[in-house]
Amino acid sequence: MQRHARIFLLGLAVLAAASLPALAQQTLKAAKDRGHLLCGVSQGLPGFSNPDGKGDWSGLDVDFCKAVAAAALGGADKVKFLPLSGKERFTALQSGEVDILSRNTTWTLSRDTALGLNFAGVIYYDGQGFMVRRKLGVKSARELDGATACANAGTTTELNVADFFRSRGMKYKLVTFEKSDDAFAAYVKGRCDVYTTDQSGLYAQRVRLDDPDEHLILPEIISKEPLGPAVRHGDDGWFEIVKWTLFALINAEELGITAANAQQQRTESQNPEVRRLLGSEGDTGKSLGLDADWALRAIQAAGNYGELFERNLGAGSPLKIARNVNALWSKGGILYAPPVR
Amino acid sequence: MARPAARRVGLARIDRFRAVAVQGLVLAGVIALAAWFVGNTLDNLAQRGIASGFGFLGSTAGFSIIVHLIDYSELSSYGRAFVVGLLNTLLVSAAGIVLASLLGLLVGVARLSDNWLVARLATVYVETFRNLPLLLQIFFWYFAVLSAMPQPRQSHSLFGLIFLNNRGLYVPKPLVTADLWLVAAALAGGIILAACAWRWRRRRGGTARWEGAAALALAFGPAAAVAALAGPVTGWAVPALRGFSFEGGMVLIPEFVGLVLGLSFYTGAYIAENVRSGILAVDKGQREAAQALGLSRGRTLRHVILPQAMRVIVPPLTSHYLGLTKNSSLAAAIGYPDLVSVFAGTVLNQTGQAVEVIAITMAVYLAISLAIAGAMNLYNRRVVRIGESR
Amino acid sequence: MERRIGLVAAMAWAREKLFSTPANAALTVGSLALLYWCVPPALDWMIFSADFAGESRADCTGEGACWVFVKARLGQFLYGFYPEGERWRVDLAFALLVAACLPLAWPRFPAKGKIAALLLLAYPPVAILLFHGGAGLAVVETARWGGLFLTLVIAGVGIVASFPIGVALALGRRSPLPVVKALCVAFIELVRGVPLITVLFMASVMLPLFLPEGVSFDKLLRALVGIALFYAAYMAEVVRGGLQAVPRTQYEAAESLGYGYWQTMRLVVLPQALRHVIPGIVGIFIALFKDTTLVLIIGLFDLLGIVQAAVSDPQWIGYNVEGYVFAGLGFWIFCFALSRFSQFLEGRLAHTGRRARRTTKERQMATLDAPLQVD
Repeated sequence: MQRHARIFLLGLAVLAAASLPALAQQTLKAAKDRGHLLCGVSQGLPGFSNPDGKGDWSGLDVDFCKAVAAAALGGADKVKFLPLSGKERFTALQSGEVDILSRNTTWTLSRDTALGLNFAGVIYYDGQGFMVRRKLGVKSARELDGATACANAGTTTELNVADFFRSRGMKYKLVTFEKSDDAFAAYVKGRCDVYTTDQSGLYAQRVRLDDPDEHLILPEIISKEPLGPAVRHGDDGWFEIVKWTLFALINAEELGITAANAQQQRTESQNPEVRRLLGSEGDTGKSLGLDADWALRAIQAAGNYGELFERNLGAGSPLKIARNVNALWSKGGILYAPPVR
Repeated sequence: MARPAARRVGLARIDRFRAVAVQGLVLAGVIALAAWFVGNTLDNLAQRGIASGFGFLGSTAGFSIIVHLIDYSELSSYGRAFVVGLLNTLLVSAAGIVLASLLGLLVGVARLSDNWLVARLATVYVETFRNLPLLLQIFFWYFAVLSAMPQPRQSHSLFGLIFLNNRGLYVPKPLVTADLWLVAAALAGGIILAACAWRWRRRRGGTARWEGAAALALAFGPAAAVAALAGPVTGWAVPALRGFSFEGGMVLIPEFVGLVLGLSFYTGAYIAENVRSGILAVDKGQREAAQALGLSRGRTLRHVILPQAMRVIVPPLTSHYLGLTKNSSLAAAIGYPDLVSVFAGTVLNQTGQAVEVIAITMAVYLAISLAIAGAMNLYNRRVVRIGESR
Repeated sequence: MERRIGLVAAMAWAREKLFSTPANAALTVGSLALLYWCVPPALDWMIFSADFAGESRADCTGEGACWVFVKARLGQFLYGFYPEGERWRVDLAFALLVAACLPLAWPRFPAKGKIAALLLLAYPPVAILLFHGGAGLAVVETARWGGLFLTLVIAGVGIVASFPIGVALALGRRSPLPVVKALCVAFIELVRGVPLITVLFMASVMLPLFLPEGVSFDKLLRALVGIALFYAAYMAEVVRGGLQAVPRTQYEAAESLGYGYWQTMRLVVLPQALRHVIPGIVGIFIALFKDTTLVLIIGLFDLLGIVQAAVSDPQWIGYNVEGYVFAGLGFWIFCFALSRFSQFLEGRLAHTGRRARRTTKERQMATLDAPLQVD
């Protein structure tokens, strides 16, 4: 009997010892010790984060995580992707299961505050839209009175639909599913008249269909959906690394730095902004707790923002989404990153 | 039965002091572990700036729920959304329990049928549905069977009153001016009254056939009277194709139907086995005696076999009912708004308060489980007593 | 002549078993109608009109089932996203397991105990090495595990891990020490009162919240911990049933030999009790096997999870039934075989008659869905 008590005490001691390194502001150190970054992504959304048949991930959100891994840990491959459902994503970030949530997540006040998230900026300006079957003959979202809509559970989509219909005094029914693929499949099979999600998602899902032309994306955008990567409260150092990695990618596009020419620009460019960003002048990395090459690595890993966009969402992808508001401020869009200095 | 022996062995070997010391250590260990978890959680929550407490239950929910038994709109609170989810869980469980019991009784008796073909078919049903995961069956009903129903415009229709399509099963709804709660209360009161009267008559020995009819009248009479007095049915709202789908009438949405079918076919297979072994446990002499008295086969089953079999059937039946209720949480997978889906899903997601939400959810299931177990134990005690007194 | 006798016998059999009374005849006709209505179309859909050849959706004619879908995704259904070049490791590990288990299933094989001990001690490290990699083998992260492979891993680990915990809880529940007993009862009843899905959700996303910052386990490992603890509570109830079936005289005999509590349990009570509950444990294993599907709700891709992902893939929308039939067949074969095995064991236990004092009725009460029984 005593022996068992001793074993029990020993177990307690081990548990107590394990609790010692419970210190704040540890995300970067923990990731370094672990050897890789933990990046929460969607369970499959073409253009943003989508696994191929072998389980390798690609997409805008995925590339961003690779850029952060390159900047913070020194290699674009030092990242693991965890698919999270809409429901579990915030808890996963809060609880420390992932270091960064890069999962087409809308920046809202309550998420920024009560949920304990810090949004590191906007990687894609989106808005919620509707998709219907062409043969319904609906041309505008205002004609949807009485319709049944399918959507993903645990998203801002649910709330936006409620706002949209309620404010216009229109009736609706909403069926929500755990996975966006299930919601879309239910729409395709006729459970719902309308499928609703962020407009990028509508395009992404439509291209995967056999008969994309049978489905119409309605012109109305009923919400503002600034999508961005998020980290949890309480680790400002990590928040800054993620935030400035995003800004570095946007600035790189503005300065004409690409994955291919970054190394060359670093040595040859006379533009002080380029030199500061790529670490050949001053040391921007020091205040972030990184080395001078952080931005160079990030850009080399994934390309600048424009390259990321074209490859995953734009002309270089099956989605063929136009830049529109997601163009640089100098080109008619609203992308505007603070200066690196 | 062996417990006193075990205790004696224990006390003979472990003296009191050591017993107290060991228990003290174990208790201290468990408390320390719990404190450690709680401490960590509080630290983590504070450090990450996550809101805590139960204040969120009063805030506006802002989302809609497709099935609600009580008034609910986007402007209702999270607390009300919780109640809606809970009622939906209870609704789907109750429907599942009724259907599974009927199916189980039917198939259980069929398995022992003298008819070779019927017995075989029943066996095939049991072996198929018992050995497939419930989630798979729910997916099958929902994504394969119900979603293959026609579009609203091509609905299957019965007399132009009842419609079946991929949006659900539409039936006419009575339009009554009376307060439905009053009718429901009268119905509940009538049933309780009838049950008491029935028991009283039975204790006095025997129940004649006319008394059964009287009991039925007692059960449903008051409700009918209230409905007739307070406001008769003024008409029927017949579902009609309007706009995108049918409107008017009552609708059973496919998510509900799929879940109920999955739950009852799965649990029904277990209940069938349960019924079968209960019947087998009844002494063969009982059946022979009943037949010698000239009772028909149906009456033998109803009056002789089943009452005795109930002694064996009820204890496992409890756990099947409990299992069904807990399994109704799989609703989340097909979008039926039960407690887990609404509260531990959407509400958790909007508020981010995982600890509180999950704690409430678990507490609710625990309470339901204990309540069902308690009720069935009570019933079980009664059944055993009746069995023994015979 | 012989044929005629056969015919007569068959007719007599039919008259007795199918048409003995008018009601019986009606039932027979109804059943035949049901069969006629179900079986030929099902067979036609599954086999005669089905498409077997081809690679893509274009090869589906739409008249019957399109097994091309299952064929195209078979690798994923079996192994998940496990790299193709490494799949031999999974095959090898399962082949080893089957080879080691065959002698155990054999009723009278010598040195069973030693084989079982070896299996329990040596197999897990080997399997982990093969599955996960290391020591020269390429590492395959658990996020890539999936399909039938993952289902088997979860079921296997779940049952093996929940057994010792369950035995400990069962002993604790019958312990003479009131505090230990109360704690065990509280744990068992708490766990049995809540749905597995809430436990999985807790293990999946809340566990890290309970641990100090930075301490985190693999997602699969957390799900396994949740499943093992959950099923340990059910296991405890089955084992308790076995403990109760050990006659009091056994305790008294042990006491007269001067055995202490642990000696009594280890040498006298548990060996008898556990033999009793083997069918019950197999029953739990079946339940556990079916419940592995719930991990799809926390984002792991077990057999059903990966099938569901495949049928929701817009490239293959509309082939649900094929996917579910395939997954169903996979689950059904395992569960049915296990339930037959359990019945076989039960029959053998009844035959040995060593514990024949228990009446049939009692045994039915104890083994019939013992894992779910509530007292």
